[in-house]
Order: sequence, then structure tokens, then C-alpha cells
Amino acid sequence: MNGISLYRIGALALRYLYLLRSSRIRIIELAYWPTVQMILWGFITQYLMTHSSVLHQAAGLLLSGVLLWDVLFRSQLGLSVVFFEEMHARNLAQLLISPLQPIELIIALMLISLVRTLIGVGIAMLLAIPFYGFNLFMLGPPLIGFFLNLLLMGWAIGLLVSALVLRYGMGAESIAWAAIFALAPLCGIYYPVATLPVWLQLLAWTLPASYVFEGMRAVLLDHTFRLDYLLYALLLNVGYLGLGIGVFLATIHKARERGSLLQSGE
Amino acid sequence: MTESAVILVQDLSKHYGSVRAVDGISFTVARGATCALLGGNGAGKTTTIAMLLGLLLPTSGQIDILGEEVPRHRQRVLPRMNFSSPYVDLPQRLTVAENLTVYARLYGVRRVAERLAVLGRDLDIAAFFQRPYGSLSAGQKTRVALAKALLNEPEILLLDEPTASLDPDTADRMRSILTDYQRQSGATLLLASHNMSEVERLCDQVIMLRAGQIVATGTPRELIHRYGRKDMEEVFLDIARGIQSGEVLE
Repeated sequence: MNGISLYRIGALALRYLYLLRSSRIRIIELAYWPTVQMILWGFITQYLMTHSSVLHQAAGLLLSGVLLWDVLFRSQLGLSVVFFEEMHARNLAQLLISPLQPIELIIALMLISLVRTLIGVGIAMLLAIPFYGFNLFMLGPPLIGFFLNLLLMGWAIGLLVSALVLRYGMGAESIAWAAIFALAPLCGIYYPVATLPVWLQLLAWTLPASYVFEGMRAVLLDHTFRLDYLLYALLLNVGYLGLGIGVFLATIHKARERGSLLQSGE
Repeated sequence: MTESAVILVQDLSKHYGSVRAVDGISFTVARGATCALLGGNGAGKTTTIAMLLGLLLPTSGQIDILGEEVPRHRQRVLPRMNFSSPYVDLPQRLTVAENLTVYARLYGVRRVAERLAVLGRDLDIAAFFQRPYGSLSAGQKTRVALAKALLNEPEILLLDEPTASLDPDTADRMRSILTDYQRQSGATLLLASHNMSEVERLCDQVIMLRAGQIVATGTPRELIHRYGRKDMEEVFLDIARGIQSGEVLE
């Protein structure tokens, strides 16, 4: 493989920023769902606080969960949806006959996913302050570790989903939306992993997000920072991201063999 | 590779199961030549071009471009090549200037604004630089696609149907642009086309494909003479219908 070029990665990131800038609706849409979720769960929290001792103890439990969940969701969607844009636009072949390397395409997709996640979740985070007096930054420095781990996991899933669509065509696009929701019940977003049946707990502990949400509860309920959880999540993420990158690159290679890059599109 | 050959293809094949899209073709293209890859639909033209670009992996055979083995070292030659086809799009929502800026950077062009200004003038596209690519007519899109292909001043330019969907006047201007570019830069052009008058005007080498195999090569004049026809249009029909040179068409 030749050296990775930041100039080319920047060029492709610029293409995605142009796309984002070309439609205000897209920017509003990025923040819309996280904000709606935040408002909904904010009211649920307010109601439950009067009935639940756990929530009374840590009022931000549900709101932290919903906002961190959106980091995972938006980072996955931010990567795969932008990749689908290339397929819809029949631009993938143009990109792959340019000097752009597939690994540079992946890095550019990750960068734009980060931007989209920061816009979407960032706006919801900021609105939570005036709405409910809730500030996600109260999680302190561990928030950086939570955010990073969820971002990495989102990218890993996003790459796997993109590879699937590259292999099976745009008909598989709906998987991008569905894939992450299949994992949601296992991640312990709103409840501890211990709530799950034992056999599902085993599965849950293979997911980096489960460690993040357990870590979040440790900060909010016990006021302790579980570095071990963060490291487990990071370790798993290294594996999953490596898998995601490997599968994506292998799928592009396979598409070159099968000739499907010539026909990619709607 | 012969010293002046910039494209060398040896025994190249692409099979999809039992279908032989390209079946053991060999040819060379000299530096500065304009070579036409001709054949009916499904003859293997686009497949061959896609393999030269590294977009498609050959089943077997060897490709050397500018002295580098493709697809193994495609990354070394891609900055020195480019490609244009009306069948491969650019992002519709981006403006023409945005599209060209992105691709200029991908090809490592350093003075992007200057290069865009030159292409805007030469291809007469500056007037719609700020319009979304998707809002352009087919002819305008073809000109923008050619501008994209000339961004990096390629040493080898691959063109798939360069004047398809253009009116005769615009097509003629496009051919002039290509001729001027080649004269100024000494670039090598390889084009797939169904427009035989275009081939006669532009090309000094023709490779005729049929069912994935090369069935005839030569200059347009040589082929017209060999098949005893008055122009390339008739030669094309003979070859597409499987008539050998020297046979009489009833």
C-alpha cells in the first residue's frame, strides 16, 4: 500500500462538507432526532423522579443514556449514510479510479461521521441544559472515553453495514437503520446488563457499548470511574474496528473482481 | 515493454463464470497515440478500460501502464491517468466548481483555482461553475466530465463514448478540445466509441473487439482498405456481423 495522503482525505472530507452545506434541511435533520429523543426522555425522567428512588439519586441517568446512545447511533449512521450517498450518486467508481486509496475513503468517512455526530448530539446536549438543567459534561473526563468508545463502535458497525450494501446492493440499505437497534436491548442503555437473562449477559459483555453504559451508571450512581470498563471497551473496539475495516476493504476487493463497481448505483 | 509503448496488454482475460467478457487480448499503445477500442455492445470495450483503470481485476494476463504493473501498482499510475465517461456520474447536488475542486485535490493538483479557470475557459463551462451538477444538460455534463478528466493534465486519457449524447456542434468542439490537448501535452488517448467518423478523424490506431477477442487492428485507413469499404462505419458493420476481411457482403 502507498502512503496515506492527508491531502486526499481532506479532499474527500471537503466533498462531504459541501454536501452537508448544500442543504440546510440535512443539518436540521442531524439534530432533529437526538433533540426529540432528549425532550421525550427528559419528561419521562421528570415524571419518574417522583416515583423512582434510583432516578431521584441520579436524575441524569436516562438523559445521559439517551444522549450517549445517540453518539453510537449517529456515528454509525453518519458513516454508512454518507457511503450510500456515493452509491446513489454513482460516484464510487469515479473515486476508486482516482488516486484515492480505499483506506483513505474509510478515514474520510470516519471524519465526516465525527462531524455529523458532533452536530447532531452536540445540539441536543446543549438544548438539554435550558430544557432540564441537565449538562452531560457533569460526567467529567470519563465522558471523553465514553464518547470515543461509542464513536469507534459506531464506525465498526457502519463499515460492516456499508460492506453489506456494497456486496448486496442498495436493497440492503434498510439494514443500516435496523442493525444498531438490534444491539440496543443488549447494551444496557437504560438498565444494568445484570437485568438481562444470563445467556444474554454473555452476549452483552462482548459489546463495547455495554461497558460504556455500565461505566456511565458507575459515575452517576456510585461516583466512581471504572477505568477497567473503559479499557475493556477500547480493547473490544480495536478488534471490531479492525474487523470492520478488513471486511470493508475485502468487499471492495471482491467488488473489483466481480465487476460490481461498474454498476453500483440505485 | 517497447520503449515508446505506454500501455502494454498481454493475454488479458476477464471471465464471469462461463462468460468470457474479455478473452486473451494483447495490444500495445504508443506514447502520444490516439487509439480507438471498437466493437458492438458486449464486445468487451468497457471491461478492458475498467481493467486498465484497476476498477476491475483481470482473471488472467498482464497490464503495464507507464512502466508499472496494474493493478498491483495502480496507485503509482492513477495520478498520471484520468478517465471520462457519460456513464459514470459526479455528485448531483454539488456545484460544478465544488466537484472539480474535490477531484483536483484528489488528483493532487496544487493550484486548483488556476487550473479550474483554465478548464472553465477551454471547455466553456465557467458560466455554470456555481450551478449544481445535477441541473446541467447532458451536453454540459459531458463537458464537465471531460474537465474532470483533464484536471491533472493526464499522460494517458481513457474515454468511454466521449461524445455520446452531444449535439453535432458540441461534439465537434469536444473533438477539437481533445485534439488540442493531445497536441499540446503529447498525451496518449484510448477511447471507446460508436461514432466512426470520430474514430476516422481522431485515431491513428484501431483495435476491433468482438465477443471479447481482438478481431482486427490497424489504422483506420488500413482497415478500410483491408475490408474494401469506403469508411469505418462499413468496416464496423462487417466486423460486428462477423464478416472477415475480403468477404463480400450480400
